[in-house]
Amino acid sequence: MATALTLTPFPLAPSAASSVRRAMQRALQRVEGEFDFAFGPRANPWRHLGALSFFLFWIVAVTGVYVYAAFDTSVAGAYASVEEISRSAWPVSGLARSLHRYASDAFIVVVLLHLGREWVNGHARSFRWFSWLSGVPLLWLVYASGIGGYWLVWDNQAQFSLIATAEWLDWLPLFGDPLVRNFIAGGSVSDRFFSLLIFLHIGIPLVLLLGMWVHIQRISQPRTNPPRALALGSFASLIVLALVKPATSGASADLSLVPGALDLDWFYLTLNALLYATSGGVLWAICGGTTLLLALLPWLPRAPRAPVARVDLANCNGCGRCFADCPYAAVTLEARTDGKPMPRQAVVHPDLCAACGICAGACPSSTPFRSAGELVSGIDMPQRPMRALRAELEGKIAALRGRVRLVVFGCQCDCAADAAALAAPDTAVVSLLCSAMLPPSFVEYALRSGADGVLITGCRDGDCQYRLGNRWTEERLAGAREPHLRALVPRERVRVAWAGPTDTEPLAAEHERFRRALDSLPPLALTGWRVPKRTEALHG
Amino acid sequence: MARVLRYLSQAVLYAAFVAAIGYLSTSPTYVHLPPDEALIKLSFSHAAARKEACHERTPEELAKLAPNMRAQTVCPRERVPVTVEVVLDGEPLFRVVAPPSGMAKDGASTVYRRVAVPSGTHRIAARLSDMPDGTFDHRAETTVALPPGHVLVIDFDAGKGGFLFRS
Repeated sequence: MATALTLTPFPLAPSAASSVRRAMQRALQRVEGEFDFAFGPRANPWRHLGALSFFLFWIVAVTGVYVYAAFDTSVAGAYASVEEISRSAWPVSGLARSLHRYASDAFIVVVLLHLGREWVNGHARSFRWFSWLSGVPLLWLVYASGIGGYWLVWDNQAQFSLIATAEWLDWLPLFGDPLVRNFIAGGSVSDRFFSLLIFLHIGIPLVLLLGMWVHIQRISQPRTNPPRALALGSFASLIVLALVKPATSGASADLSLVPGALDLDWFYLTLNALLYATSGGVLWAICGGTTLLLALLPWLPRAPRAPVARVDLANCNGCGRCFADCPYAAVTLEARTDGKPMPRQAVVHPDLCAACGICAGACPSSTPFRSAGELVSGIDMPQRPMRALRAELEGKIAALRGRVRLVVFGCQCDCAADAAALAAPDTAVVSLLCSAMLPPSFVEYALRSGADGVLITGCRDGDCQYRLGNRWTEERLAGAREPHLRALVPRERVRVAWAGPTDTEPLAAEHERFRRALDSLPPLALTGWRVPKRTEALHG
Repeated sequence: MARVLRYLSQAVLYAAFVAAIGYLSTSPTYVHLPPDEALIKLSFSHAAARKEACHERTPEELAKLAPNMRAQTVCPRERVPVTVEVVLDGEPLFRVVAPPSGMAKDGASTVYRRVAVPSGTHRIAARLSDMPDGTFDHRAETTVALPPGHVLVIDFDAGKGGFLFRS
């Protein structure tokens, strides 16, 4: 007896993003598109800002060790030792010092771009709150790491910054004796102070590194190394900068004098200048308010959570593919609880689940070829179950008219082109939570059910809203990842076209090219691909 | 040709990035103190007199206390605020009332103020009050030549005679 299929209402795409954020997202997409031309999608620096941050950190760390080896931790010797590093034993020592400075500057730029991009793409909220919140204190650790380095040089810029920072900290009722009184007159700064500065300048970056490790904890397969070409290009360009404009020190610090004009490093010392343009209280209000706002962003307002993935133990054999494919480590394998002979079962952790459906796409039981009355997958999305996906696909293929009949699988997230715009009498569009939610067997099923070709689209290459969707889809189609598209499926009838929200026209052009290519191929039925009887069997 | 264009584009973008880094790492110039000005800093740490003098408890007051608390002499810890005024060439420059530190308000009062003044020769008068009656029993005057960019520190150390002018 045929069972009536209940199609779970397909939820609308998340609409929590403000119009401002969406407009900025569109603008950023256009900028990234230009960078795609220069770097290629997979080496686009915009998509590797986090990895670039790590890379720059290591450049700063390694050059810092080199510079520290020659640094004199005394009041009398600090400035002279840095001058020695810069001017003698050139180019290596001077290069190391300049690289240390410019990589630090680049580090804070890349970190801020990373923060901005993640916010623009809506990654500050929902299940990503931990990654966002853990990144907020890192901003201050980066600042503290960098500014400490400037103090060690003990030139007039260091003097200015130290006194300004002390005055700023003294606004807080924390210190019985104002910190700034330590820098009142010549002779008030001692060698022990420089030992303290060194301790801070090494210790704070170590805490920063620990914080960076925490920051990536809820991400599986985090990218901490940029693509080789991008790393080499970034490193080479910093070296060129270091050679063209070596970092130099100002005049030696003299507490009996006030620095007049300073060649300020605006990356780290802007707050010092801002102190004198405003006041300690105003600056604390700005910094404290900004930090508080950033910390509360995930809950301003609280984003509605989509239903998370659900495991059906009767159909789960604990194979681990969902565990391997989950981009946010939301699926773990734990001991069996239903008494079946398999050792493990998948367990979904709701707080970590992105509701992307990639796990459902990875599940071997998500195949539409199963002849059971109701298609139940071992892991599935309640708002977009596989049985509903199959029913929708069958219905839409049956309604296709035209010489060439196409099925487009697209994803619905903010970072993807609107695939629905491709819908036509000869083109059925099926929307997914993510392109990698699509089990490859659905591609074969579509071709066997009457489609002449299948086009898969989603977020731009390397820019998947859920990090790994593009990659998993391509690997599954190429047979390099399980579940894979069977080799007997004619590859000329399957095409992948990644497209962002501003790529509607290129996607439409690719769709048209694919249609014309399919038109030149012999019909599938004539090539031995029979339309299966499963559809008739399903409906009795 | 497309590959050449791509590499050129990369070079331009890398160059733009490091050019911005290189520029903002030293520019624009920040003027912390105009070239014709000097800085006067008022900074000291000084414990003022007690707010109340020591006094003897009356027999009635002692009787109200527990036997182990019957100290004959009471010396309240709280100190008065320190008030300091500085006048530059006859015009008021600073007037600071610094409260004593500590939860019991028995610590030293600390002061830190700074102000930019025109460079040149100036007549500076300072006075400090650290007594309950508010009298300014510490005074000093001096004439200083302040070249541009120099710092004059006005310190106070009761053990060294009072106000110290250091430049």
